[in-house]
Parts: sequence; structure tokens; C-alpha cells
Amino acid sequence: MKFRMLWIGLAVAGLGLAGCATTDKKEGEGAGAGAETSGAGGPGGAGGAAVGAGARADLLAKRVVYFDFDSTTIDDESRSIIEAHAAYLAANPALKVRLSGHCDERGTREYNLALGERRAQSVEKLVRVLGVAASRVSNVSYGEEKPVCAEHNESCWRQNRRVEISY
Amino acid sequence: MMGRWTRLWIAAGLMALSGASHAVLTIEITRGAETGQPIAIVPFKFDGKGAPPQVVSDVIGADLTRSGRFEVLPAKDYVSRPHEDKDVVFKDWRILKAEALVIGGVRALGNKQYQVQFRLYDVFKETQLAGYRYTVSESMLRTVAHQIADIIHEKLTGEPGAFNTRIAYVTQDGTARTGTHKLQIADSDGFNPITVVSSREPLMSPAWSPDGQQLAYVSFEQKRSKVYLQNVIDGRRELVAEFSGINSAPAWSPDGKQLALTLSKDGNAEIYVLTLRSRALRRITNDPAIDTEPAWSPDGRTLVFTSDRAGRPQLYRVSADGGRATRLTFEGEYNARASYAPDGRSLTLVSAYRNQFRIATLRLDSGALQVLTDTTLDESPSFAPNGRMILYATEVRGRGVLASISAEGRTRQLYRFEQGDVREPAWSPYNRELQQAPGGAKE
Repeated sequence: MKFRMLWIGLAVAGLGLAGCATTDKKEGEGAGAGAETSGAGGPGGAGGAAVGAGARADLLAKRVVYFDFDSTTIDDESRSIIEAHAAYLAANPALKVRLSGHCDERGTREYNLALGERRAQSVEKLVRVLGVAASRVSNVSYGEEKPVCAEHNESCWRQNRRVEISY
Repeated sequence: MMGRWTRLWIAAGLMALSGASHAVLTIEITRGAETGQPIAIVPFKFDGKGAPPQVVSDVIGADLTRSGRFEVLPAKDYVSRPHEDKDVVFKDWRILKAEALVIGGVRALGNKQYQVQFRLYDVFKETQLAGYRYTVSESMLRTVAHQIADIIHEKLTGEPGAFNTRIAYVTQDGTARTGTHKLQIADSDGFNPITVVSSREPLMSPAWSPDGQQLAYVSFEQKRSKVYLQNVIDGRRELVAEFSGINSAPAWSPDGKQLALTLSKDGNAEIYVLTLRSRALRRITNDPAIDTEPAWSPDGRTLVFTSDRAGRPQLYRVSADGGRATRLTFEGEYNARASYAPDGRSLTLVSAYRNQFRIATLRLDSGALQVLTDTTLDESPSFAPNGRMILYATEVRGRGVLASISAEGRTRQLYRFEQGDVREPAWSPYNRELQQAPGGAKE
């Protein structure tokens, strides 16, 4: 069992490097995260992950998961993204991860500050269940105070209801 | 609802008259069909060189209009324009159906000192209701005007005015990620803004101490939410809550000795009460749901807060000593961020139905919920210290602005700033210092 976990971890580690290098340029999200990540990768990936390698890299490229209004539920797509990051982190024990929770502008600001925290906590819980030590995970809530999109419509609100994963 | 409203546009109004390039311009008044008490305010005579530094009578008129309780009759209809008691002809005002009349003047004394005098009359009884004379420096002229408006309000309605007070609010220039956030205070009409704190990181939740000398607020300047207290007179500040997790939603107890807060140090958002002197912390709520936005009852015995323990955010009430909470709101999908009216009988809150976030009041005796606004992103309501008006934040053409509405929902006024977003207004308590400063003498 132990052996198997490690093997998956290593495979993901190698792929993770490739994923991060391309995406950080693209998204400009969480500046500095890419620099910290590269070089911390450890031994390169094994060939065993040929199946779904591209998909896994795509998942690691995503550093934001999204939520429904007034919800902290992690949907299937977000779960896959979080699983990919958890595996990468398991393989890179020196990395610490910071989860920042955000909300859209609807609803009251103080309630949203608590809601953003709960979103970050729900991601944190999953990351820990997936084997990342509590001491390596921290969360912060910005509520609705740091939207990435400033318009007052659902497509914008959707982008703002999020947890950003940075390490 | 909209059909009952008429819209009055007052463009290029106060800013041009005051000549000051301050941040705020009040532009729009929306008024219900019923009108307030008709009052005539004769433009004050200015005795001095050049233009009067502040048009005191315009400030008085704007204050009274904003309250929703008066209809200031347009000066162009006035048959006569008296400035002295001996020139008042009551018949001229009865023709206009004015019930009250205000006259007065401003005289330059040199050295930026001015004498302001006014008289208020009951037109039908033909009697003087009030008359005062003040000697003040130029910088206090608006304050005197607000003080006069307070006296007129009290003489004519029997209730004190709340014009000579201040508001606190948060502004943001640029984007949330790269812009500047400021906590500011201004006169109750938005003029004379002063920046209390400026930060690259968000600022939130300003709350006035009961003596009007300090603000509690949340700052992210250390990359997460922490609660600070700051003296608005000398700028001194202290950090009072930096527990792990969120530090949020400060609310002063009516005696100013305690601060209710939302902390998540024990795992999730709960209400606590911090005794400021001893720093003792008392936990009030204990529920796996979000509990936040505490508000004190004026007698200091009760806290109202927001909780989603029943699924969606609703208001609950609990003893300030803790214990079992009882639910207060049942109508609507989302009822949150309450604050008490000064008489303790009602709350103002944000109430949403189908994701339309509006300002409402809740009667505590009957449980009746009355929605006052018809816009969709309204938040952060607070009562004026006389309980007659509610100040809140809304959104107009994509920008955050402040607005006030009379407590019965009749008159609404927008405060428009020159740039940036403005939000989270908090109305100050009565400020004894401001009230006493000019020192009027009876006329």
C-alpha cells in the first residue's frame, strides 16, 4: 500500500513540473508560485503514468476551483483538480500549500468572509484526506474583497466564487 | 412600487455652490408621492466681500430634504426675501402654503471669522420658534449649517435631527487587487472627507465607538483579516484581534467597554465578546454553521447575528451572556447583517428574495419585515442616531455608491463620489464635540 502511494506520487511529480511551467505564464495567477514550484520537483517522473498523463498535467495546470452561489460543495471537476495537487504535494514534502477562499459580491461582506473561509476549509479537508499533512496547509479568506472580475453578472460571479491553490 | 415614485434630478448642485473640490456630490433624490412638511428657506444674506465661502442656507435645505420629512419650497416662488425679523410678512408665506419659514444671514468679520444668524418661524401661528447667532471660523460653516438643520428638525418634528454627525465608509480606487483601499470619515452629507487609513490590501467593516471617537475595522494589511481600533482624532491605533482564522465584524457594546467579534480560531466562524480593558474573551455561539455579523441591542443585553444553521443566512437573537439563540427572520431567502434602531424596537438588515439584495427593516414586536429599496445589490445598512434615516451601500452603473433612505422608505438620496467604489457606510453616534463646538447664542 505504502509503495503504491509513493509510486503514484512520483509519477505525478514529474508531470506536475511540466504542467506548472506552461500554465503560470498563461494565467498570471498567484505570482511566484511557478518559481517556487520549479526546481522543487525531485526525481523525475516514471513512465507508468502514460495513461492520462496529459489529463493529469491539465489538472495540475488549474490552480483555481469554483463554487456555486452560497455553496462550499466541491464538484467532480474540482475534486479531480484537488486530487492532482494533493498527489503532487504528497510527492513534494518540502512544499507548503496556501488555499485562499473567495466569494462573489452578492450577500453581505462579513458573511462572505466566513463563507470564503469555509470554501478554503472544504478544499483543505480534502487535501488532508488525500495525505497532505495539516502542518503544510494553510488557508485564508478574502471574502468578496478580491474579485478577479469586476462586472455584475453571473459569468463574472462564477469566476469570483473560488479557492485559489498556491504553493 | 416604482409607479409611486417621482424622480427629481438635482444635477450640478451642491458642488458648484460650495466651490470645494471635495469628493462627494449628491445628485439624485427619489421621493415618494406623499410630501413632507412644506418649509421656506430664504437664501441667506451675505454681508462681506466676494462670494460667501459656504452657502449655509443651501446646506440646511439639502439636509432637510434628505430627511424625507420636509419639502423645501423653491426660492424662485418666494414673494419676498426677508433677512431680518422686522421684514417678515407672514401672509407672503401663507400664500405659498409654507408652514415654516427660515431666514438668516452670514457676515464676514475678517480673519476668516463669520457670524451666522438664523430665525425659524411658525407661519400660521406667526411666532418665532428658534433663533440663534454663532461666531465661527470658515472651516466650521458647514458644521453650523448642519447644527441649524438639527434645530429646525427638532422644533418642527419634536425629534432631534442627525445632520451634525459623521459617516465612515470604505473607498477603493482601481481594481481590488492592485488599487488603494481607504477608510474615510466625512460629514453626514458626505462633505469634508478625511482619510483615516489607506492600504494596498482590503479594509472592511468600520464600526463607530459609542463616543464617536474611535473606529473598529478589519484590515488585510498583514495578508489576512485582523481587527484594529483607531482613534479618529489623534490617529492612534491598536491591534485587538489577530487570532488564527478570520477576525471580523467588530461591533461595540453600547457602553464602549466590549467588542463583539466573529472569530474562527476554534474552527469555524463564531461570535465572541472581547472585554477591551482586560482582553478577556467570551464565546457566545457554538454551532458548526457560520455565525457572524453581531449587533448589540441599545440596552446592551442582547446580540442579533447572522447564521446559516438552518441552511440559508437568517437572523438570530441571543443573550449577550450567551446561551440559546432564537430565530428572528422567516420571510425571504437571505436575511443578514442586522443593526438596531436607536430605540431598540426594530432592525435594519439586508434581505434577499430571488437574489435581489435589498435594505429592509424588521419590527421586533410583530416580526413584520418591510423592504425599503428596489435595487439589487444593496448592503451594509445602519441607522442615523435619531433613527429617522438609514445609510447603506448600493451599486449604480457598475460603481459602488452610498445612499440614504428615510426610515419609512419615502425619500432616497444617492451620494456620488468622483471616482472609485464607495461602500460599507456606518453612521456615527451623536458627536458631543461637534455639537458643542460652534456655541450658539439665542437671538
